[in-house]
This record gives sequence, C-alpha cells and structure tokens, in this order.
Amino acid sequence: MLGTIYALLFYVATLLLVVGLVRKIWIYARTPAPLKIPTTPAPTTLGGVILRMFMEVVFFQSLFKSNKWIWALGWMFHMSMWLVLLRHFRYFQQHVWWIVELAQPFGTYAGFTMLIGLAGLLARRFLVNRVRYISAPSDYLMLALLLLIVLSGLSMRWVAHTDIIMVKNYMTGLLRFQIGDLPADFNLLLHLTLVAILMIVFPISKLLHVPGVFFSPSRNQVDNAREKRHLAPWAAELEK
Amino acid sequence: MADGEKVVPERDFPLELPEFKCGAMEGLEPFKAAPEHNEALGFPGELVPDWKEKAIAYMGELAKKNRAFQVYLDMCVKCGACTDKCHYYLGTGDPKNMPVARQDLLRSVYRRYHTFAGKYFPWLVGARDLTEDVLKEWYSYYHQCSECRRCSVFCPYGIDTAEITMAARDILDHVGIGMKYSNEIIGKVHKVGNNLGLPAKALKATLEDLEEDIEDDTGVSVRLPLDEKGADILLVTPSADFFAEPHIDGLIGYAKVFHETGASWTLSSYASEAANFGLFIGSYENMREVSLRIRKAAEDLGVKRIIFGECGHAWRVAYSFLNTLAGPFDFLDPNYPVPQHILEYTWDAIQKGKLRFDKSKNDHYKMTYHDSCNVARASRMGDEPGGQFEIPRNVIKAVCNYYYEMPEETTRESTLCCGGGGGLLTDDLMDLRIKGASPRMTALKQVTEDHGVTHMAAICAICKTQFSKVMPKYGYEMDSIVSVHQLVSNAIILTGQETEEDDADGAKAEE
Ligand code: HEM
Ligand code: SF4
Ligand code: SF4
Repeated sequence: MLGTIYALLFYVATLLLVVGLVRKIWIYARTPAPLKIPTTPAPTTLGGVILRMFMEVVFFQSLFKSNKWIWALGWMFHMSMWLVLLRHFRYFQQHVWWIVELAQPFGTYAGFTMLIGLAGLLARRFLVNRVRYISAPSDYLMLALLLLIVLSGLSMRWVAHTDIIMVKNYMTGLLRFQIGDLPADFNLLLHLTLVAILMIVFPISKLLHVPGVFFSPSRNQVDNAREKRHLAPWAAELEK
Repeated sequence: MADGEKVVPERDFPLELPEFKCGAMEGLEPFKAAPEHNEALGFPGELVPDWKEKAIAYMGELAKKNRAFQVYLDMCVKCGACTDKCHYYLGTGDPKNMPVARQDLLRSVYRRYHTFAGKYFPWLVGARDLTEDVLKEWYSYYHQCSECRRCSVFCPYGIDTAEITMAARDILDHVGIGMKYSNEIIGKVHKVGNNLGLPAKALKATLEDLEEDIEDDTGVSVRLPLDEKGADILLVTPSADFFAEPHIDGLIGYAKVFHETGASWTLSSYASEAANFGLFIGSYENMREVSLRIRKAAEDLGVKRIIFGECGHAWRVAYSFLNTLAGPFDFLDPNYPVPQHILEYTWDAIQKGKLRFDKSKNDHYKMTYHDSCNVARASRMGDEPGGQFEIPRNVIKAVCNYYYEMPEETTRESTLCCGGGGGLLTDDLMDLRIKGASPRMTALKQVTEDHGVTHMAAICAICKTQFSKVMPKYGYEMDSIVSVHQLVSNAIILTGQETEEDDADGAKAEE
C-alpha cells in the first residue's frame, strides 16, 4: 500500500519535473535575443564564453565580486548539495560508480555543510532588511523545504536509522517499474514526500535559475557585434 | 550651497549603505509626453481604454520576442546580491530603487498573468493584479533607473534591470503613457536629424564659427566639413557637441586630430546625431529607424568609414547594435571595424607617432576619469576585452601629466552612473539626478582629498551635461567636467601652429 502510494507520487513527480524542465528549456532556447547585450568586458570567442559560464556555474564568480556572505553561504550550500546528490546515486544502482564511491566519505558530512549554508541563507532573509524586503513567502518556504529535506535525511543517517537495504531495493525496483515495499519510518516518508514536492515545484519556481543561467544573454553572448551580424528572425522581417 | 531646497546626501567612502526610507521617492514623475509626440513614434496618444488587456498581452509578446525579458523574470532567486549596487538606491534610500525590487514591480504582474504559480497562488509568490496604481508606480520607478547595468555585473546570473526598465517603458508607451523628454527628442531626430532639432543651415553656421575660433586660437586653419561627398570618414557625434560646454571643446579636439592625421572626413546634416534615445524607451523599431539615418548618410556621402564621437549610450547602440539594426555594412572599407570610436582613432594615431603634444598645457588640471556606464558595461573599444577602459586612460595619460584613479570599486566595470543616464537628463527629475550622483561624487571627493584632483574627464554627452549641472551642488566648479578630446585639443601641437615661444619671440622683435 505504502509502496504503491509512493511509487505513484514519484512517477508523477518525475514526469512533471522532466516535462516541465524540457518544456522550459525548449522555450528558452527558441526565444530570440534580439540584440547583443553581453555585460562587458565579455569574451570575444565562444571558448571564452564557455570559460565565463564555467566560472559562474562552478564558482559563482559574479556573486563573489558582489557579496562575500551570500557567496560563502550559497556556494557552500550548492557544492554540498552536489556531493549529497552524488552520494544518493548508490540507492539507485546495483553496481555503484567509482565516482559515487569516491564521494561517499565527503557526502556523509556534506549534509552538515549544506545545513549550515541553508540556515545562513534563511537567517539573512530574516535579519538583513534589504533581503527581507524582497522576499515573498515562497522564498522562505523554498529554503524551509530544503532544510527539512536535509534534516530528515541527516536524522536517518545519524539518529534513527532506516532499513537502507529495503529502500535501495524499492528504488532500483521503481526504475524497472516494479513496485516493492518501503519501511514505514516517519523520517523516511517525510524525506521522500518533501523531495517529491521539490521535484514538482522545480519547473514552476525560481529553481528555474538552473536552466536559466545558461540562457542569460548578458552572460552567454560572444562580444563580436562589429564582426558578425546578429539578427533575430522577427527583426529580419522588419527588413523586408 | 547655491540652491538650498535640494538635499544633497552627504556620504563617506567606502560607500555607506543608506537607512531604508520607504516611499522616499514615491510619486516622482517626469512630465508625460503630449499625444502628438507619442503618435509620432507609433504609439497611442493617450491611455487607451483597454490598457489592462493591452499591457498584459504585450507583456506576453515581449516574453516571446526577447529571451532576456523572459529568463530574467523567471530566474531571480532573490539572493539580494544586487540590492546595494544601484546609485539611486544608495542616493535615495528608497527600497524600490534596489534593482531586484525595481524588477519585482513588473515581475509581480508578469507572474500574475503569465505563470502557473502566479495565476493560482499569487499570495505565495508575491504576484499582484495590474491596476492603475501599478501603472503609476511603474511610470515613477522605471524613470528612476538610468539603465546603467551596474546591477547586472553583480548578479550571479547577469540579470540586467535595464532590460526590465526598457520593457516597462515600452509597455507604458504601448498603452499610451509616454515620457515627454525622450519621446519628444526621438520625434525630432525622425524629423530633423538630431536631438536638438537643429536644421542643416544652423549647423553649417555653427561649424563655421568653430573653424574661425580654432584659427584665432592657433593660427592654423582646421576644417569642420559638413555634407562633403566623397570624404573617407563620416563622423557621427552627439548634437550636444555642437553647442554645449564642455562638449564643444571635445568636437574641436576631434577636428584637430583629423587635421593632424590628414584625414578626409565629414559630418552629415542628415545624420547629425549619435544619440539614440530609442534605446532608453526600449523600442527596437525607433532605435532602428534612427540608426538607418546613419546608414543612409554613409551611403549618400559615399564614405569608407564611420566614426563615432564621445557619447556613452550612443556608443552602445553603435558598437553593439548598429550592425544588427542597420547592417550589413559591406559597402564600407573592410579594413576598419564598423563603426569605430574616435578614441580608437586617436589612440591609433598616437601609437603611430602621428600626433605631437605639449603635455604641460594640461598642467593646471589634476585629472581623474569617469567610466561612462554604457561604454564600460555594454560595449568595447579596440581588440581586447576591457579596451574600453584602457584606451581612454591611455589617451588621457598621453596628453596629461597628472592623472589619478578613483577608488577601484567605482571604476571600470563597477563604475557608478553619473545619475542622469537612460533618458533621465531632464530638469523635472533634478532632485533624483542630484541624489543619484552622490555615490560618484563621494568617490571623486576621495581622490580630491588624497591627490588634489580638480577635474574629471568623461566620454559621454549625458555624463558631461549631468556633471556640469550637479557638480556645483557638491562643491565643484561646473567646468570641472571635461571631454577627453578637450584634453587632447589643449595639448596637441598642430603643424604650423604659433606656439607660446613664437609669441614671446614675436613680442620681443616688436619691442
Ligand atoms: C547549475 C546549477 C546551479 C547553479 C549555477 C546555481 C546557482 C545559484 C546561485 C548563484 C544562487 C544565489 C546564491 C545563493 O543564495 O545561494 C542560487 C540560489 C539558490 N539555489 Fe541554486 N544553483 C544551481 C542549482 C540549484 C539546484 C539544483 C537547486 C535545488 C534544489 C538550487 C537551489 C537554490 C535555492 C533554493 C537558492 C536560493 C537560496 C536563497 O533563498 O537564498 N540551486 N543558486
Ligand atoms: S540598471 Fe543601474 S539604475 Fe537601473 S536598477 Fe540597475 S543599477 Fe540601478
Ligand atoms: S542579484 Fe540577481 S538573482 Fe540576486 S536578487 Fe538581484 S536580480 Fe535576483
């Protein structure tokens, strides 16, 4: 029974996440940027743009320039999250990839640094009046959601262990469309429910910054306006 | 203080954050355009009866036509990194002048009508209905943004509030609310060819007067040709260069450089304006129409190259957009980029040793340099990224002995706006302009204290006008702002020029 409910929840959540994201990426990719608007100084080659994007996505370069507190907290949260995500692959794989093995020892503790990062960001939202001013309920809730996911996850690792073998069998089963049984632990069910919610809201929330960052014209355009003519299809119509 | 009613914000360096002053700038509105001025640009004259539906529909259209608009509205995470980066926020303390808060004025409405979350859970994501009050708020706060892009530099995703401001002004224009200053000026360009509405005859007379002035001054006949067919170079410069101080001294500088390098050049009376206010109101069509005048002038005069004079947003439109709006320019000489900046030309001539200078002519100036936003963050000069910072500095250092930098966090890509850009250079916004200039003035005061800096150079017509107006409020003379080519003009030694020694010798001989 429990297994079936959660199976349904995850199939629906995955479908909404994938369809929602693919749809958004499709729209972003097809919407023209009518003018060359890179924030300069900007790279003059495609290679340069790839490097710029890499520095933004991996190191949050611009954020580093603007605010060391947000950078430190945000970067800690994101990098920890990737480690934690990587570690989670072991629950979906019969034969665990070497990279997941490698991340294992760090991933265990990354939960704590992720917690610190998120808590710090949430504290800023309450304490810094400029940030409080621009925050909507959804901004607090998003951080609360992530915090609860981390806390419920950490509690399973450090406080009230769940039957992890059973969870793994259930998840690998789902991948083959076989619905098994889940342990009826409160922490686990909370953790899974919140993750499903996160997946569902992903394509309709500010988490769109994940695909969005790659489509930002001020960051992804090559500074070569004089050399190469840039013309949007709808603007070309004006010339007829 | 000359005029006591305006409060000048006092501040120390490093830039302190202001206390929140909610509503401090609420209701500030520049004059609205008259119906005929809106109509001349293809917009409805007055607020249309179905403005709400129109505005919502046009917003959807913009999201389809402009990726920046859609992506920027979707992806802001409200991290707050941009909140303390806007000179208008720093100068006024009004939280709605924080870049993300400014974006939210529009984002909240976009969400309400064009996103799932906003349609069904408006309270959750801060979405709100479009009402007449919202339109008022837009008109007010989207005219408190100079489209300077400083926020974009510091946002982790490069979200550029200027794009949102332009879109908001475009939406307002489309429902019949236009701004007098910008729309009237664009109309003049469409009709006469420049922002001032200066007809060809008057322009001709002005240029002749200038030729006389230069000859009186130097004893050398330096020409300022107009509409000369077959010239190599078409110079397009902001029309302020024809009459305003200190702009005009810059124009004299360009003429002297062209003279010394033996260039064949001309101005055009048909395209007698580099400025393109179509940018400010976010109208691709108007920007294109203004740009096409330059193409036509280049074709009619049969020139080989196009060079732009000192102007910030004009250089953005020229460097970044001209090829898009009015290209391709395959009828021009392919050996030169199209267009070029006058500073690229002058710096090239200096490097080739074609110009001689007497730097001591500028010794009464202790210089610093103000990077104009649109040059710094929206364009380039030369072949390398960042050439827009180095080339003007190189030229200044080649003609001046005393040069000092303002604090690093206020120059180059982090430069602070003069406070008058983006179509705000109008007297009805003077209070905002003074407050918006305060961060820049604070940085300037710092170098004045540290090094005794007396003058600041700029390469933007708007910066020059704005500073000559607001610097007196901060204790500087109005002529403390100078053109870079004014410095060139002061120091350049024209071939055959009577130098001071000659004068002295002449005087002795007469005795
Ligand atoms: C390409 C990958 C990603 C990049 C480059 C990126 C970048 C950023 C940056 C620069 C910020 C602003 C600083 C901060 O507040 O931390 C941010 C905020 C945020 N990111 Fe990401 N991110 C990525 C992926 C993700 C993912 C997968 C999640 C989700 C689950 C996520 C959730 C968040 C949240 C919730 C915030 C807001 C934090 C706050 O409220 O202060 N990000 N992201
Ligand atoms: S573009 Fe400039 S004026 Fe406008 S919000 Fe950003 S920093 Fe402020
Ligand atoms: S810096 Fe960018 S993402 Fe952060 S609040 Fe400002 S606009 Fe939004």
